[in-house]
This record gives sequence, C-alpha cells and structure tokens, in this order.
Amino acid sequence: METTIDAPDGVRKAIQGVLCALLDRGLAEALLVPMTMPAGNVAPMLVTNTAALDRADPLAPVLPINAARAVSNLTVTEHREKLAVVLRACEIRALVELVKFKQANLDQVLIVGVDCLGTYRVTDYAQLVKRQTSNVIEALLAGAMTGEVKPHDGLAFRMACQMCEQPIPAGDHVALTIGLVGVAPGRVYLQARDDVAEALGLVADDAPPGRAAAIEKLIAARTQARDAAFAGFRGRLDSVDALLTEFSPCIRCYNCMTNCPICYCKECIFRTTTFEHESQLYYQWAERKGAVRLLADTLLFHLTRLNHMVTSCVGCGMCTEACPVDIPVGTVFRAVGQQVQALFDYHPGRSLDEAAPVQEFREDELTDLGERPH
Amino acid sequence: MAEFEPRIIAFLCNWCTYTGADLAGTARLQYPPNIRIIRLMCTGGLDPIYVVKALLEGADGVLIGGCHPGDCHYQSGNYKARRRVAILQSILGQMGFDPDRVWLRWISASEGQYFANTVTEMVAALKEKGPNPLKGVGAI
Repeated sequence: METTIDAPDGVRKAIQGVLCALLDRGLAEALLVPMTMPAGNVAPMLVTNTAALDRADPLAPVLPINAARAVSNLTVTEHREKLAVVLRACEIRALVELVKFKQANLDQVLIVGVDCLGTYRVTDYAQLVKRQTSNVIEALLAGAMTGEVKPHDGLAFRMACQMCEQPIPAGDHVALTIGLVGVAPGRVYLQARDDVAEALGLVADDAPPGRAAAIEKLIAARTQARDAAFAGFRGRLDSVDALLTEFSPCIRCYNCMTNCPICYCKECIFRTTTFEHESQLYYQWAERKGAVRLLADTLLFHLTRLNHMVTSCVGCGMCTEACPVDIPVGTVFRAVGQQVQALFDYHPGRSLDEAAPVQEFREDELTDLGERPH
Repeated sequence: MAEFEPRIIAFLCNWCTYTGADLAGTARLQYPPNIRIIRLMCTGGLDPIYVVKALLEGADGVLIGGCHPGDCHYQSGNYKARRRVAILQSILGQMGFDPDRVWLRWISASEGQYFANTVTEMVAALKEKGPNPLKGVGAI
C-alpha cells in the first residue's frame, strides 16, 4: 500500500509522528532509531517512550555506525519486546546478511526503511551542524524531489554514498518505507505492508507522480559515479607493485574489520594470538628477506578479509570511514565484490531467501575448475 | 646462473590426492621435487588464508588437490573448496596477482600418474611465469 502524508511542520516532525504511531498503535514496543545527542551528533538509540522521539532524526545525513550491528545486539538472543528498526538501505542489506549468518533474528522485528539521500563523514556532519542551526535535511530535500541531490556547499557525501546505486529500501522484508525522493515539498511518501498500513490507519493513494523518474535519475548518477570509481580502481590495480602500494599505508589497526557489519566472527583469526609470533621468527624473516615490515601480515589481513566476506559486502563504506590512514577500503571491497558476487549471481542483502555464496554450493557450477585444461 | 626452480606448496586431501601422491611414490614415478606437500583431511577445510599466506611468503605456486566431484569422503567438501578457489582466484586476479599460480586439481587415490603429470606440468608452467614477484619482499 502506498500513500503520501502532509508534513506541515517539516518532514522530520511528520516522520516523528509516524514513529510515535508505531509505538502508540502497538506495532512495536521499542524502536531503534537515529537520535540527536545533546552534543549535536547523531547515534542510534533504543527508544521505548514516545516522549523521547522529538529527538529522533532518521533523516540526518550521517551514518556513524551501520546499525545492522545494533539490530544484531538487540535480536540475536531472545527478547520479549516487539521491535521496530529505522534503517537506511545499506543497513537493511547488512541486516539481511546478518540474518543469513544467524547473527540477527527478525521474528519480532518490523523493518522501517528510509530513503537515503547520502551521508556525510561524522566530522563533516559535526561542522555542518555547527554552522547551520536549522534542520540540515531541508537543504537536501529540493534536490531529492527531482532526484538530483546536491550536498551542502563545501561538503561531499561519503565516497560510499556517492557511488551507492541502491539508496531506496527494497524487498519484502521491509514493512514500511519512508520516501523522500521524487516527493513534493511538504509531503512524505509512505509504502507500507498491508497490516502495517491498517494499524497506522493509512489511506491508500497514488504514488507521487515524479517518484519513479526521480529515483531513476538518482540511481543513474550514482551508478555512473560507481563505475568511474571502479574503473579507477581497476586501472590502478594492475600489478603486484600496485597491490603493495594500495595497502602500504595500513597500520593493521583492524578498524575496517571492527566497523564492518558483515565481519561478525567472534573467533576471528586476526583477534587471536596466531599472529603474535615467537620473537625469534621475526629475525629469521628479516634474515631471509633482508628486511621485514612490522607490524607484519597487513596484506595477509586484507586479502583474507576479502576472501572471507567480500561475497556479502553491502557497500556501506564503514570500513573507509574507520581507516585512519585513508585507504579506500570500501571502494576496493565494492569493486572486487562486484565481480566475485557476479560469479554466483548474488546480490548481498537483496532477499532473505537467497543463501550467501559461502553458505552453499551447486554440483553443476564451476565445472571446469579443478579439471585439467584441454 | 642456475635455472629458476619454482617452489610449490601443495594442500592435498587425505583421501584422494595425498593417497594419489603416495601411489606415485610407491610406483616410483618420476616428477620434479619442487613440491612441498601439506596433508589436509579435506580440501573443504582449507581456509584461503593458508593459500594467501603461502603466496605472500614467496611460494611460486599453490596446488590444491582433492577428490573428484561426487567422490568427496565427506560428501561435499570439494564443492565448497571449488567455490572458495573461484572466489580466491577472482580476488587475486583483481588485486594484480596472477591467479594462475593457484591450481585446483581433482586427483583420485588411483591416479598416481596424473598426480606426477600435474606436478610436472605445474613446474613447467611456473618456470615460464618466473618467480613469484612477492618473493623476498619484506614490505608486506
């Protein structure tokens, strides 16, 4: 069911009203939603009292964490409460992957997706909030109407967002979508599962006439940026020297792994003492190679992480944000992921019904691999 | 200067390829001594990290040997290995590293000759390619 609602006091207030209704009408007893913190930054919070929702800001163009990780915390073991989670498309995709890996459970969860216009780096968003007193999202809405979203003056969206061609929540697992792209100013588009629409008392209406075209335009621009970024990566990574250069600045802090929503393993080999070698070994390596880099095993880390999780990479770019030495980790993973995922025609986060490539196999696939070439 | 002798790390499954290698030995088949064998219970248990580690440490090639499709001692381990190798080779190729330094071959316990031939072929192919460019690189 789809409809649009009025937003006389701004879209943020209108959306807060919808979120209040989710709690009031018993669709959820708790709500995970991005909230404005007293310091002005934004972080997801678990809310049970509607009075707190005047600080809810699911449209704030910033993504401090991929909140699929939070949903994992909230659902991986038993809980009594019905939960609604307000997420962006990349967070929903990550959540779908985590459900496949049994790290989250959607049994009592209502997924609310919001159109994503793009997000800034956490530090950029902090500056923006300082210089702008009004609701920062309003400036992006004009562009959202036509599908040509322009960032604020002097700022750029995160690289992952610039090349995100899936900014609109999609899939049967999304119970309610809050839409902004292609929607007239002062209105908010809602697409709801029938039971949710009924509980919220929504009256069906036509979709905003410009929505499909605006979404298409937005996705086309993002796809173009994505292809340019991928082409840049592929043009660059043409040799072993280029590979060494790409990851050379790595300080092996594991931030990319820590902030990756897909890297859920509790017993990750890189978190064990496996790579804390006997001291004598380092001297032997130095002897053999003439010189050996410390901390060791940085490239092993990245190549292993690629092997372990790139099939499920949803492109949220949290790894890039977390990198203190500005390695474009997210671009590398998305570019490599695109080709690896294509091997299995797999689209991470698209559907709960599709097993991840590392979870299954087919007898009739890849049949040349393992055979002597003729 | 002496001819380049490639060094191959081989991960062989206990039930098929390792036994095939054993057969090659007991049958006194000749093949180049460039291979260092690590025995696994199943190729399905081979985490790609071991292959990557071998390559980063300078192995010129990695041979992964398992049972023919349908013959896995554990029913499906080799199918899982096949997916992992496909993923690994795609990643290596995209990262500027020659994926043909990693070979996957199904060699049964009775195929001693095929094992010897495979090693001979792989050594020849790697001699053609030359040394692993990561050999001796300490800055990784």
